[in-house]
Amino acid sequence: MAGSPERVILDVQNVTMAFGGLIAVRDFSLQISCGQLVGLIGPNGAGKTTIFNIITGQYSPTQGRVFFDGKDITGLKPYAVTKAGIARTFQNIRLFDSMTVLENVLVAYHVRLKSSFWSALFALPGYTKEERAMREKGLELLERVELAHLAHEPAGSLPYGQQRRLEIARALATQPKLLLLDEPAAGMNPEETAQLADFILQIRDDFDLTIFLIEHDMSLVMKICEEIRVLDYGTTIAHGTPAEIQQNPKVIEAYLGEAENYA
Amino acid sequence: MIMSGRMKLVLNLISIGLVALFVFLADRYFNAYLVRVANTAAIYVVAAVSYNLINGTTGQLSLGPNGFMAIGGYTTALLVLPVVQKEMVWFLEPLVWPFNTFSFPQHLFVLAVIIGGILAAIGGFIIGYPTLRLKGDYLAIATFGLGEIIFVLSNNLIPLTNGALGIKSIPEYSNLWWTWGWAVFTVIVIKNITNSSFGRAMEAVRENEVAAEAMGIDVFKTKLLAFMISAFFAGVSGGLLATLITTVSPTLFSFFMTFNLLIIIVLGGLGSITGATVTAVLFTILQELLRAVESPINIGPIHLPGISGMRMVIFAFMLIMLMLFFRRGLFGQWEFSWDWLYSKLKRKEVAQWQAPLNE
Ligand SMILES: Nc1ncnc2c1ncn2[C@@H]1O[C@H](COP(=O)(O)OP(=O)(O)O)[C@@H](O)[C@H]1O
Ligand SMILES: [Mg+2]
Repeated sequence: MAGSPERVILDVQNVTMAFGGLIAVRDFSLQISCGQLVGLIGPNGAGKTTIFNIITGQYSPTQGRVFFDGKDITGLKPYAVTKAGIARTFQNIRLFDSMTVLENVLVAYHVRLKSSFWSALFALPGYTKEERAMREKGLELLERVELAHLAHEPAGSLPYGQQRRLEIARALATQPKLLLLDEPAAGMNPEETAQLADFILQIRDDFDLTIFLIEHDMSLVMKICEEIRVLDYGTTIAHGTPAEIQQNPKVIEAYLGEAENYA
Repeated sequence: MIMSGRMKLVLNLISIGLVALFVFLADRYFNAYLVRVANTAAIYVVAAVSYNLINGTTGQLSLGPNGFMAIGGYTTALLVLPVVQKEMVWFLEPLVWPFNTFSFPQHLFVLAVIIGGILAAIGGFIIGYPTLRLKGDYLAIATFGLGEIIFVLSNNLIPLTNGALGIKSIPEYSNLWWTWGWAVFTVIVIKNITNSSFGRAMEAVRENEVAAEAMGIDVFKTKLLAFMISAFFAGVSGGLLATLITTVSPTLFSFFMTFNLLIIIVLGGLGSITGATVTAVLFTILQELLRAVESPINIGPIHLPGISGMRMVIFAFMLIMLMLFFRRGLFGQWEFSWDWLYSKLKRKEVAQWQAPLNE
């Protein structure tokens, strides 16, 4: 599977990100094929989130380029990247707390809205029809991620695990081709983590996704990722299948050794 | 629990009918003073509900509505003032071309108000375009500056504004039908926006800009849109005010105007259209009642001279207290809806039926 010449959807080429004197990411390259599930691991401060921020346009890299689906997306604004088909979640959950669960999802549909501003302004039939369709679609999505019963609760009032799930649902609502998950299992117990693993595999199939995820929880990464990339001090120190990574002495030294102590 | 769309439409039309009935009766039976108060209340509704869109719904602190009201007020005044009047008002320096050559007849009054709103919205674009891209409180600073600039300009651009003397004898085209008509229109339009995908984008920007942008919201465009709509209606309210009190002058649109609107939307609950509407009316009435504190008072042997500006002191004190102890305002982010009313009434009914059973 790893060797088959599939279509490349994400192509990160020699990306470097410097913050003043600090080089957070150094000459990082990566290719992800359609439908793959790739993991990014590494100690805290290794530069993982920075790579996500570069891909999604939050940061513009000091050097290097990012291609998505054959198009150069380097330096695009985050909303344009989302529109192109990349969605993400955040390491520290960033929901629209005082909006309802359903509204959180509906916000994500805005990028695909067809009606004009004027038709919304005067609540013309064309708009109200699209609004109704969006609400139905939103509820359907919430149904699939088992949050429909909370649709009208403020997002900020949800327990932690469900907030994480909602954040993923909201990302799915933008109808992405590539989904970036930044430490989705953070703060979850082993049982919740196992559920999350199934959930991620399921949405990949249901929504035809390519998934790139950052995770500290080795059980999750080893279970679901087809390829893993290890980052330390902004540089890739290893990549390969889970089995290869587990045996890589460099990785064990830099990361896995200490990780296993608390995993 | 949820009512059908048709039912809501009927209820909305009935409500509009009730406002029309109020205007009809007020028009007939109110004395001149009460008519003035009722007009002012409606103008405050237009200004406050639209101000709330940028400050409350979108969460961007603007201090500019007085500036936009000035643009609308002066524009409308220049458009509707009869040419003969213009010659009398600008007796030192002539009024600038083309305004000295024409004036709108009364049936084009609404067009004059709309043009005032459009120019205010363009002003919003000019201020918003460079500042709304920046993170931080640049909008507050720039809009505060706008008010001051317009104050200086209206004092000094005599060929256009007649300076400190202002423009007098503007035809009194505003009446209860126009002011309340605009108030209803503003509430409907702002409510439509808030309930739409565009309104949700604005709220998302308020809640978390980074997440909003990551969800595909063009944060800059969304802020600019809210700001321009808000400026448009501020301009409209300025035009209505000018043709209500029949004069405009630099002091009419001073920062106190913004200050009043700020009190209204904070007291009403930032982000609540219901709150802004109700408090705009309450505020207007309160302002009238408090006139007493600015006139001389005799309490037995003690004689207090009237201090003008005393109301502002009271309102300033109120705003500080609000910010400290009552930040959610009267309504928080609550919004009146027919569904809410329906479920309230329903529950009461059920409770009445169940009460005997529980005994
Ligand atoms: N906006 C920024 N400004 C300055 N330094 C940053 C910024 N973002 C990240 N960094 C730094 O870059 C390094 C990598 O951070 P990050 O990508 O968040 O690590 P990870 O996600 O692997 O834990 C850290 O040293 C962090 O302090
Ligand atoms: Mg991180």
